[in-house]
Amino acid sequence: MTPLITHTGIAVPLRRDNVDTDQLYPAQRILNAPQTRTGHADALMADWREDPDFVLNKPAYDGASVLVAGRDFGTGSSREWAVWALADYGFRVVLAPRFGDIFRGNTAENGLVAGEMSEADIEELWVWLEDAPGSRIEVDLERRTVRCGESRYDFGYPEHFRQRVMRGLDEIALTLEHAAEIKDFEARRRVTMPRVTDRAAR
Amino acid sequence: MPKTAADKIWDAHVVRTDDADRDLLYIDLHLLHEANTPVAFDNLRAKRRTVRRPELTLGTEDHVTPTIDTAQDLTGTVAGPFVASMRRNCAEFGIELYELGHASRGIVHVIGPELGLSQPGSTIVCCDSHTTTHGAMGALAFGIGTSQVEHVLATQTLPMTRMKNMRVTVEGELPAGVSAKDVALALIEKIGTAGGQGHVIEYQGSTIRAMSMEQRMTLCNMSIEAGARAGLVSPDEVTFAYLAGRRHVPTGEAFNAEKEHWAQFVSDPDAVFDREVRLDAGALSPRVTWGTNPGQTVPLNSVVPTPDSFTDPIERAAAERALAYMALEPGTAMGSIPVDAVFIGSCTNGRIEDLRQVAEIWRGRTVASGLQVHLSPGSEAVRRQAIDEGLDKVFAAAGVPLHAPGCSMCVAINGEVLAPGMRTASTNNRNFEGRQGPGVRTHVVSPAVAAATAVAGRLAAPCDLQLEG
Repeated sequence: MTPLITHTGIAVPLRRDNVDTDQLYPAQRILNAPQTRTGHADALMADWREDPDFVLNKPAYDGASVLVAGRDFGTGSSREWAVWALADYGFRVVLAPRFGDIFRGNTAENGLVAGEMSEADIEELWVWLEDAPGSRIEVDLERRTVRCGESRYDFGYPEHFRQRVMRGLDEIALTLEHAAEIKDFEARRRVTMPRVTDRAAR
Repeated sequence: MPKTAADKIWDAHVVRTDDADRDLLYIDLHLLHEANTPVAFDNLRAKRRTVRRPELTLGTEDHVTPTIDTAQDLTGTVAGPFVASMRRNCAEFGIELYELGHASRGIVHVIGPELGLSQPGSTIVCCDSHTTTHGAMGALAFGIGTSQVEHVLATQTLPMTRMKNMRVTVEGELPAGVSAKDVALALIEKIGTAGGQGHVIEYQGSTIRAMSMEQRMTLCNMSIEAGARAGLVSPDEVTFAYLAGRRHVPTGEAFNAEKEHWAQFVSDPDAVFDREVRLDAGALSPRVTWGTNPGQTVPLNSVVPTPDSFTDPIERAAAERALAYMALEPGTAMGSIPVDAVFIGSCTNGRIEDLRQVAEIWRGRTVASGLQVHLSPGSEAVRRQAIDEGLDKVFAAAGVPLHAPGCSMCVAINGEVLAPGMRTASTNNRNFEGRQGPGVRTHVVSPAVAAATAVAGRLAAPCDLQLEG
């Protein structure tokens, strides 16, 4: 994945809360989706995009890469397709007051930043972006700030996500560096814990 | 220091702590289903990695497989590529897979407990948000994404930040016709769809102690709808009795040793929780969702709310959008709303006890004419049990066939999908827009309400049927 330290791009105001992963990636779309991390841009919010007035369909937001959404973004199903579709569409940053836990956990591995901002700050960004559609927002991961015109806002972002996104780290490779500790743990592990392949009990 | 059950399980699984305050947790059981994992295996191969502990990994086919005509050739169907990839991947890496037709197959969250694999004090993950179900067994169980599946396959561990603890205490006796599903919906109605965010919810109180394992599973299952990472019930004699005799549970003296081990993983009486919520079981009545998220719930004997009744402007706007999608007028009595379809099944309510409740209501009755009713058990074992108990005959007499197990219309990606605009009462877990098919309007209900609704042809509780004679 491409490391990201600062990012400047066109921001879209998505004035909706509870944007669940079924809205981000409608389940039926999964059936015809490629079984890869890419090729999902068309599926993003596909049902909503059928409405010509939907915000993503407005020409001013063409090429947008920052999404500013309402609270509880990405709740519901664990489907990582939701993140793949956002990334594939071109989004590098989603800003919202609160995220679904599994969704947020899925973002960093795909280089997508999920930054938390207060409801009031999100509202200010929405107003600003609606007044001047197509405006750019500057996101600084080093400082965890968002700049929009003359205004600057802080956003919340856990340190482990920040490190991974800024450095483009492969998390599995990092864990495998500790293979000896995993092996030690396994040696201490209770031997009677169930094994799927062991059906001696019946 | 007193600890919660979740913290005890967590502490027993820490391999190491990194410098970003994350713990590397060992995973005891990794469950796979065919819909969400192909990319994880492809990546594993591309990076020349392998599956560290195939014997702690189990695959099943539930999401895209049909529940009608299961003998059909899947090649060329929607399920074809998913099933082919699952079978190839499991065979290549030596993972046990319960394929379509296998006697142990079922919905992933139904078979884990059923086979005795989901045990108290263990850590369980699956690429599915309803992994919270296994918490009913006294396990720490949570849903993960596809990248994390790859991580667990390669390392049998996951780096995680510690979850906060929330206690939901439910006291008293549930009134007749009220079940765990109604408790779950009442909880989400109270705390909202993000109320449990970042937390593991432990359910305590006399109501929970009196619940069967099936009921506890329904409750823990819906913890994700309250936004929680996990749900959990500390193990007790009900848990141990459920586990005794199951395939992956030792017998005799060895069982007693396991029981002693499991019994450690209960919350200490003076453990401190980050958040406390209380519910009075006696005050609950059957619930039904009216909107497009599970927090938009009301008692079935009340009316569709008006958006103005919400003081929070965001909730008000959401209510307006939801009512437009659901095509409902504020003030309409919930019990007067006609439905086109009823779905009974899913990892929330596809267990034997759920089917018994349905049979009890349908005995001597038939479902309303013109209604599309789909009934799918949670597993092959549940289906066999239902047949052994003669429930299939009750269903048939009511006009409903007992189909094969699977997720079916809960997520509606196996080709079993309702037509746009249809309104359904469903024992599933989500009333999201389009969840049961594009434009489909879902009312999430308990098995008892689904059964009564199927008879009445409109949203109804069992007691409404008695009134009508």
